[in-house]
Amino acid sequence: MSGRGILGRLALALAVFIIVSPAILFFLWMLSLSVKFEIDNAAYPPVFWPEHFAWKNYTDVLSSNRFFTYFTNSMLVTGGATLLAMLVGVPAGYGIARMAAHKSAIVILVARITPGLSYLIPLFLLFQWLGLLGTLWPQIIIHLVVTVPIVIWIMIGYFETTPLELEEAARIDGATRWQVFRHVALPVAKPGLAVAFILSVIFSWNNFVFGIVLAGRETRTLPVAVYNMISFDQLSWGPLAAAALIVTFPVLLLTVFAQRQIVAGLTAGAVKGG
Amino acid sequence: MSTIAEQASGTATQAAVAERPWRPPSYWPFVLPALVVVLGVIIFPWLFTIWMSFQEWKVGAPTVFVGLANYLRLPADPRFVESVGHTLSYTALSVLLPLVLGTFAAVVFHTRFPGRGLLRALFIMPMMATPVAIALVWTMMFHPQLGVLNYLLSRVGLPPQLWVFHPATVIPSLVLVETWQWTPLVMLIVLGGIAALPTEPYESAQIDGASPWQMFRYITLPLIMPFLFIAAMIRCIDAVKSFDIIFAITQGGPGSASETINLYLYSVAFVYYDLGYASAIAVVFFVLIIALTALLLVLRRRVQWNALGDEP
Repeated sequence: MSGRGILGRLALALAVFIIVSPAILFFLWMLSLSVKFEIDNAAYPPVFWPEHFAWKNYTDVLSSNRFFTYFTNSMLVTGGATLLAMLVGVPAGYGIARMAAHKSAIVILVARITPGLSYLIPLFLLFQWLGLLGTLWPQIIIHLVVTVPIVIWIMIGYFETTPLELEEAARIDGATRWQVFRHVALPVAKPGLAVAFILSVIFSWNNFVFGIVLAGRETRTLPVAVYNMISFDQLSWGPLAAAALIVTFPVLLLTVFAQRQIVAGLTAGAVKGG
Repeated sequence: MSTIAEQASGTATQAAVAERPWRPPSYWPFVLPALVVVLGVIIFPWLFTIWMSFQEWKVGAPTVFVGLANYLRLPADPRFVESVGHTLSYTALSVLLPLVLGTFAAVVFHTRFPGRGLLRALFIMPMMATPVAIALVWTMMFHPQLGVLNYLLSRVGLPPQLWVFHPATVIPSLVLVETWQWTPLVMLIVLGGIAALPTEPYESAQIDGASPWQMFRYITLPLIMPFLFIAAMIRCIDAVKSFDIIFAITQGGPGSASETINLYLYSVAFVYYDLGYASAIAVVFFVLIIALTALLLVLRRRVQWNALGDEP
């Protein structure tokens, strides 16, 4: 190999290292903080690899009753908001794609542009008036602001690229529009469904702003719960880092295993919740 | 998935049959449920916010119509005026830095190297991770005495910083987090652009002996301009609205040094419960975001026009 080729490879390796290291080092440091006792976390210079591992940080978080409540809340809010969004958003994406009603997508764009807080004021009053505060319904409903646009946007993109020939053949055979959608279009769009589902789950799971306003003591989701830990344990970094890692772990796992779908969805729609 | 849409489609067909002997069945039944949801959670809040912005409304008291009074309060409110300044500087930095770094990362990730898939997954982790969770860890890293960042600075011979604990450095520090978090999105958008580029210009440039930098500057960069604009627009919209990171790390502090419009809006609405005034802020905020987006669109058109004009 020529000298220039080796030099080029070294430059590439260096560039890759520079680009990827902030992400890797951050999450390694997060892991390190979460497995150290306070004495190591308060040490200067910082200790990267402790002599004694504080697994206690994790067991404490996982074994508390409250954690289970908050985890259930997060599952119900994210699950509810995602399923409802798929239920209404997938047919809508199909309808908009087939009607070529591109102007209706402007509503989705406006929803994407609007700050989440401006939905909160009117909906907060509405939920108060309906007497729903204190239940999980306000959060499930307001998370639709995030999940429905994601699902519609991604499904429009997928249904626009699926071939029409099959659908036309089914129509000639006498199938109704609903049957065509259910038995022809939907199976073809399975990869799109996966993308919409995954992104909807992630952005709903991560959402924080709706929870801090709408969640009471019993209805907190995990991001809100972990934020509220700060006020109690100002200086106990270990348990706090452990809790933070537990909250975000499912999402990180999904990112590694569903990278292809996430990249496809983000580059197609470049959507983000909140 | 079937019930609602099926029922809706059933009634719609019956209605159509009753009206006329034959009519092409439409796709409206598919869209109807989503339309109801969008009307309920997106359109209704918007109309209600606009209506409320003309009211004096504090929780517990009756509403009073006050016309434009809430809007007229804005320019005289120093906290609001300052928050606009914070938002603009925060946004400018949070668009530019990820744009430059993300383009660089896209060029690197476009080349083939072993482990690219896994490294790309690790690289996009910051933007997928739960913002509050990473904000907590950044807060610990920013700690002036015990934080790892000041330790790293001391290792390269730089003086320790106060990071988010000083008014002068709080916005750059928060931008650092925002850049770390959102550079991957720019990378993905630009990577999509680079992947779609034709190979011929590069082949002929290589024959002509162009350097990698020249090829990037004169072939890649002009061709990926549309993608850079899309990335800039998305980044702009997200940076203006940024909330989780700022709220979890500084809550707008120290003092109000990092209070952006979005954070001030939160305080007015849910700390002071001044809902009429908060609604006026929300409306102005939305107009500002639209204006920024429109500005970028105009800029994009002008650049495209110039590019066309350059051609012989």
